[in-house]
Amino acid sequence: MRKFAALLVILALVVAFAPTVSQTQAQGKVKLVIESWRNDDTVLWEDVIIPAFNAHYPDIEVTFVAPPPAEYNAALNAKLEGGTAGDLITCRPFDLSLDLFNKGYLLSLNDLPGIEHFGDVARSAWITDDGSDVFCVPMASVIHGFMYNVDIFEELALEVPETEAEFFEALQTIKDAGYIPLAMGTHDLWEAATMGYQNIGPTYWKGEEGRLGLINGTVGYNEDGFLEAFKVLARWAPFLPDGYQATTYSDAQNLFTVLEEAAIYPTGSWEIGVFGLMNPDLNMSAFKPPVVNEGDTCYISDHVDIAMGVNAASPHKEEALKFLEWMTTQEFAQIYSDALPGFFSLSDHELTLENPVAQEFISWRGQCETTIRSSYQILSRGEPNNENDLWLYSAEVLNGTLSPEEAANKVQEGLANWYEPQMNR
Amino acid sequence: MNPARHVHNKQRFPFHILVFLAPAVIIYTLFMTYPLVDSLRLSLYTSDQYGNETFIGLDNYRKLMTDPLWEPRLKGAILNNIEFFAIHMFVQNPIGLLLAALLSSPFIRGRAIYRTLIFTPTVLSVVLIGFIWSIILSPLWGISGDFLTSIGLEQYAKKPWLGLESTALPTLSLVSVWQWVGIPMMLFLAALIAIPDELIEAARVDGATAWGVFWRIKFPLILPTVGIVGVLTFVGNFNAFDLIYTTQKVNAGPNFSTDILGTFFYRTFFGQQLQPGNPTMGATIAGVMFLIILAGVLLYMFGWQRRVAQVEL
Amino acid sequence: MLSLSSLSHRLRPAHSLQLLGAHAILLVYTALALFPIVLVLINSFKTRRAVFKTPYALPNSETWSTIGYETVFKRANFPDYFLNSLIVTVSALILILIAGTMAAWALAEYRFPGNNIMGLYLALGIMIPIRLGTVSILRLVVDVGLIDTLWALILVYTASGLPLAIFVLTNFMKQVPRDLKDAARVDGASEYRIYRMILPLVRPAIGTVMVFNMIPIWNDLWFPLILAPSERNKTVTLGAQTFLGQYIIDWNAVLASLTLAAIPVVILYIVFSRQLIRGLTAGAVK
Repeated sequence: MRKFAALLVILALVVAFAPTVSQTQAQGKVKLVIESWRNDDTVLWEDVIIPAFNAHYPDIEVTFVAPPPAEYNAALNAKLEGGTAGDLITCRPFDLSLDLFNKGYLLSLNDLPGIEHFGDVARSAWITDDGSDVFCVPMASVIHGFMYNVDIFEELALEVPETEAEFFEALQTIKDAGYIPLAMGTHDLWEAATMGYQNIGPTYWKGEEGRLGLINGTVGYNEDGFLEAFKVLARWAPFLPDGYQATTYSDAQNLFTVLEEAAIYPTGSWEIGVFGLMNPDLNMSAFKPPVVNEGDTCYISDHVDIAMGVNAASPHKEEALKFLEWMTTQEFAQIYSDALPGFFSLSDHELTLENPVAQEFISWRGQCETTIRSSYQILSRGEPNNENDLWLYSAEVLNGTLSPEEAANKVQEGLANWYEPQMNR
Repeated sequence: MNPARHVHNKQRFPFHILVFLAPAVIIYTLFMTYPLVDSLRLSLYTSDQYGNETFIGLDNYRKLMTDPLWEPRLKGAILNNIEFFAIHMFVQNPIGLLLAALLSSPFIRGRAIYRTLIFTPTVLSVVLIGFIWSIILSPLWGISGDFLTSIGLEQYAKKPWLGLESTALPTLSLVSVWQWVGIPMMLFLAALIAIPDELIEAARVDGATAWGVFWRIKFPLILPTVGIVGVLTFVGNFNAFDLIYTTQKVNAGPNFSTDILGTFFYRTFFGQQLQPGNPTMGATIAGVMFLIILAGVLLYMFGWQRRVAQVEL
Repeated sequence: MLSLSSLSHRLRPAHSLQLLGAHAILLVYTALALFPIVLVLINSFKTRRAVFKTPYALPNSETWSTIGYETVFKRANFPDYFLNSLIVTVSALILILIAGTMAAWALAEYRFPGNNIMGLYLALGIMIPIRLGTVSILRLVVDVGLIDTLWALILVYTASGLPLAIFVLTNFMKQVPRDLKDAARVDGASEYRIYRMILPLVRPAIGTVMVFNMIPIWNDLWFPLILAPSERNKTVTLGAQTFLGQYIIDWNAVLASLTLAAIPVVILYIVFSRQLIRGLTAGAVK
């Protein structure tokens, strides 16, 4: 049977061929793989940051791998469990990375030369509860706010809104002129919580005071500022694009940048670089979350967001640590800030920021009190997960399927379900 | 059954039979039977934060069915799955039958071309279909709105089909119907073509109309295929995942209105955002899916197939 | 309905009306089936502005652009993804055919204790989706060191494809004429030789099995996502899915990658549509 023999030969070839395809590796050079969720930044890592590292270490080849952000944690966990994760792991802040460290997936970095360039605030998101081990090199924080289309604002003779009343007045003016006031949708859920609730919220719950109050159990999501933030968020609904319930994150980005149909984009500073690439001609600037009454203290979310650690199972720990060491230098901090305006370095190096929009964002640090997102530290350790609840119920508030009070009660119930200090409120 | 089987010496088990069976049995047992059984076993365990597993009996199932955090998700996923299945059963399969009935007529010219073209979406991956439809339905592009306006349904043109709790699941079900209608069409077509011409001739001579011939002669003859299509639809739908995952992501929004067992399983097993994955609860959901599918298959085998077997040719 | 059985009926006006109606239904449905695919295809060759402003127009000299394709070729390894898909699909099909025909032969040809139970055991997998065992498959694959290799996919697809293959092939093999086999046995041929001799006789069934397994293996997202997600092992379905996830913001790239991922499959399908349809219809009557 010649045909059968031919089949067997093909099989043998496939057998011989498949492993070589999957296991080919450059000899001599060490290959490091970075796991990240910042898929928007892939091009910048490939074209700018990694070449700068290779100028110092030409023998270490670095690859940047990034699935879509929403899949990152799931994919990373599976890969760590399976022993196939990359050598360098991009760290989410607080508990998710702490969990990885506790399970032994991340190396302690206490002895990393250069780690001293990061102060307590920077380290706080990647340190054990007792403060004994740092396990990721802090990279950057991101600041929430609103970007706006300067041309549309000029056309409508609008001033940048400072107070809540001015903000909603401006939205109405924009709507009357036929533009989309706020480019945001609820289809992907997370924008409602991250770019909505956590963006304007600190103003109402007074930043750190409110956030620590949640952790200590002195305030709940269904009272005071936390409830008020839901109420204000609900008022955004009429100013979102038609069909916002089905508008995705990328749809909103397109509405604001490529199509220039929207005047304001509720956001975080991480978008600056991406938007510049999407539409280099876009004339944009940013304003901070409006305060309630003129003259009130302003609060911003300056969220410690991103860091990098070493996979404890990496076969190339030495080289991976070299990469991290380079990440603590002035050189890296400057390159990173230039390449990704809007990711603000957490190191103590003196840096210059070229991008005017990034300068605008960072200038708020001097004017306002800063805080981080309310659900990230400690409160997302149990079931139901506080962050997931905020995604879900913030979107429901904007969709009009829950009232702000109902949403606030549900979030609070979820937290009180497992978090001791909140149980008897 | 073929009566002319080679009869062997019964004293010892012939070695060559083992050789013939071994590769299939080994691969199948290792990568299909064992994982299924082991998954069911895992659903009886729980694991702590360091990954140590302890046996807890049926507690996971009890938790899934009674815990206020889990029970609504399970119930929601099952109900959504039933709706998903019902839309396939009562939209996809009748359309498939209609198309097959038309295509089985020898007087329709270009049957092969129609058949080939209508089957095209079925060969594409669900991922591509999901992306294609999510951009078509996106309010940003407005294609679906233009289409609805052009056929006079202006009032629906701006509806965010994938963003409302009331419309997201039916819309996605119809997208799935659009993709898979080729399968029932082909199966019905094959069954219709296999009906002997004499039977139809006889009815025609008796003066029956085409409509009458179809329902009185043909349909009863293809009843076994109706059953097969039904059970294939059932198994496929209760095992679906890709389309929802591609268009609505793991959260199966809005407000879990498109959450089916497949997405519930994936989200639980792998976790999402700040929530770590939970393999033992994931296995428990897989266990529930297994029981549902098994129940459906048994119902088909003992409820439908037996009764229908009598009319089979 | 429309299955007219005598030519004379065809000329009557009522019937030409019926025919017209039938064509109308089929045409409308065909348009519905193809419209989304054609829309993606034509817009993949337009500038981004034109995609949004004139989605239904064919690209003209003003709106023509291949920027999306440039992005895809620069940023994604579609040729590698295709190679991976090809390796996985072809290897799994070969394994299914070898192991499947052997087992089917044993079940069809020999009477041995446990024959029926073995047949039932192997057929059970037709109804139970392998995805339900994902948790354990992942652990198993990690334990034997096959995680993130194409082998993990090949073995899982082989296991999940075998039940249907064995079921269909067994039915066919039972119909192979007895004289042939007996003649060979009289000539002293071994059982292995007889097995190889009958293989060409069940070629239609082998075709059926191939087409039934090929499409789901090629199009699967689940197991590549879980068992072999790294860049170098991505299949085309997973590659397209991750690329689309990353570049969803860039509609030119999205449309181009959708076209690139779909067109080869559509071309292959049109080339092989006859075999495929014969396979489907042959399988159905079983």
